Amino acid sequence: MTNLGVEHWVRITKGKIILDGEVIFSSEADIARFLKTSFKFLNIKYPKFHKMDRLSKLGFVASEIALKNNNIDEETALVFSNNSSSLDSDQNYQESVKEFPSPSLFVYTLPNIVLGEISIRHQLKSENVFFVEDEFNANLIIDYSKQLIESKKANKVLCAWLNLHNDEYDVFLWLSSESHKKEASEEQIRKIYDADYD
Amino acid sequence: MKKLYLHDDCIISPLGFTTSKNLENLRSGTTGLQKLNKNEFLETPICAGIVNSEILTDAFSEIGNPQDFTKLEQMMLLAVQGVLDKNPELDLDKTGLIISTTKGNIHLLDDLADFKKERLFLSNLGNIIKDFFGFKLKPIVVSNACISGGLALAVAKKMINVGKFSTAIVVGGDMLSKFVVSGFNSFQALSENDCKPFSKDRTGINLGEAAAAILVSDLPKKNSVNISLAGDASANDANHISGPSRTGEGLYKSIQNSLKEAQISSEAIKAISTHGTATLYNDEMEAIAISRSELGEIPLHSVKGYYGHTLGASALIEAILCKHMMLNSELYPSLNFTETGVSKKINVVTAYRKSINLDYVLKTASGFGGCNLAMIFKKEGEND
Repeated sequence: MTNLGVEHWVRITKGKIILDGEVIFSSEADIARFLKTSFKFLNIKYPKFHKMDRLSKLGFVASEIALKNNNIDEETALVFSNNSSSLDSDQNYQESVKEFPSPSLFVYTLPNIVLGEISIRHQLKSENVFFVEDEFNANLIIDYSKQLIESKKANKVLCAWLNLHNDEYDVFLWLSSESHKKEASEEQIRKIYDADYD
Repeated sequence: MKKLYLHDDCIISPLGFTTSKNLENLRSGTTGLQKLNKNEFLETPICAGIVNSEILTDAFSEIGNPQDFTKLEQMMLLAVQGVLDKNPELDLDKTGLIISTTKGNIHLLDDLADFKKERLFLSNLGNIIKDFFGFKLKPIVVSNACISGGLALAVAKKMINVGKFSTAIVVGGDMLSKFVVSGFNSFQALSENDCKPFSKDRTGINLGEAAAAILVSDLPKKNSVNISLAGDASANDANHISGPSRTGEGLYKSIQNSLKEAQISSEAIKAISTHGTATLYNDEMEAIAISRSELGEIPLHSVKGYYGHTLGASALIEAILCKHMMLNSELYPSLNFTETGVSKKINVVTAYRKSINLDYVLKTASGFGGCNLAMIFKKEGEND
């Protein structure tokens, strides 16, 4: 049986970005401003960012931080999940339907678009899946990731819970790979997710 | 690795509410598409595969109260019921439930009618199906654009291998809504007439609604020839979120990886069930990936001329059709094909074929977000 460890993890919630347990960015602002300033904080040039919907922006920022200086190749798979699917963008598109249905809004009305955005950014030509759950469920993500690595369909897996609903964001992303030491258990993953970073 | 065997299935579509009714229509080349000058979705005419609501309600009222469920839920519940009817001994305490949909009940965003807001959440759709039949395990919901239905089978295989369950029902479904139709229309991707996959004069997609369910297991069906999912792989194009790759990179890679997992070379493939949406770019991209995989001579079809594009149901329905083609040694024609309209040589099946041995069939699918999927189905002998 494969043992999966956590290389790095990023948590984004309530105005804070936490990398491997350390708060690296915080802002009291509303979500729009939070996304803007957190992108500035990344200190990169990537004009495509500004075209993305908010779910993709959140996923982009989290993955950018987790993958910085990390040795990944195109076989790094993406296993994501959330509760609200793309409802945030669905509502925006639905508004546009009344006047003039917007193709640039419609394209973001799928939860897996963020996987495409991250794949483009990091040139990942890998296995992708997006699950929708009642709540964060580390078990499914871990099981699926293990199978991808065991069947040699991926070298590493970027795992995430990426939820955005009613302007509230809840992000937990971690880079998972085979560990020869100790396995990161579901409990440990859950503990990182549940911890308070005040 | 454990195998994934395809057992009983049920398709709910404009072509009928049983798989056998669907197959009859596929053999005779009867389409489920209809042209609607006046419709509830757009101010312009559309051509689409629409499940008749009255017939659906009639059928559904035999198992539940139609007022309590949306059209999509009724279709998906009927599909699962169709599978359960054939498997009355199935232990629902131990059976996994995997749901595939792209937009679920998104029509409720415009008007909730008498439903609660929770109905918009895809995980809620999973719970509704679970509770209706009394499944015990937590449903797994996959929403990965137009590859979802096939990806759900790959998910089932992985969860069986990890030991979560040994048997599961995979159910996929999507329905038409103003939301989805106006969206595809805003992309100028819709055809007002029956779609023409891979043809020179193709002008775009028809959308369709359908649901399908299939029982899968790591144990073969007794006293029967079995079809298994021998290989599956997905790959992102890492190129564009709303347009397919010009080189077919992601699909090519998916095909190669699925061949590798099935431990066969491309020569073993006897037929291809394509995604074939009849947009200029999709069909061209698929032809390139097929050609790069040295499969240009292999008979292929798209069933979009029968069903339209049924989104989260499509790859699951098409997988089910692959199973039946293999069991019956037959190939359903690709409707409306005129003259090849892609830059690579492909072999489109234009007439129903019988007595054709299909020991390996390739199924492909692609979708928004740059996702691609390939699956290889294998005919297993009775004693394998």
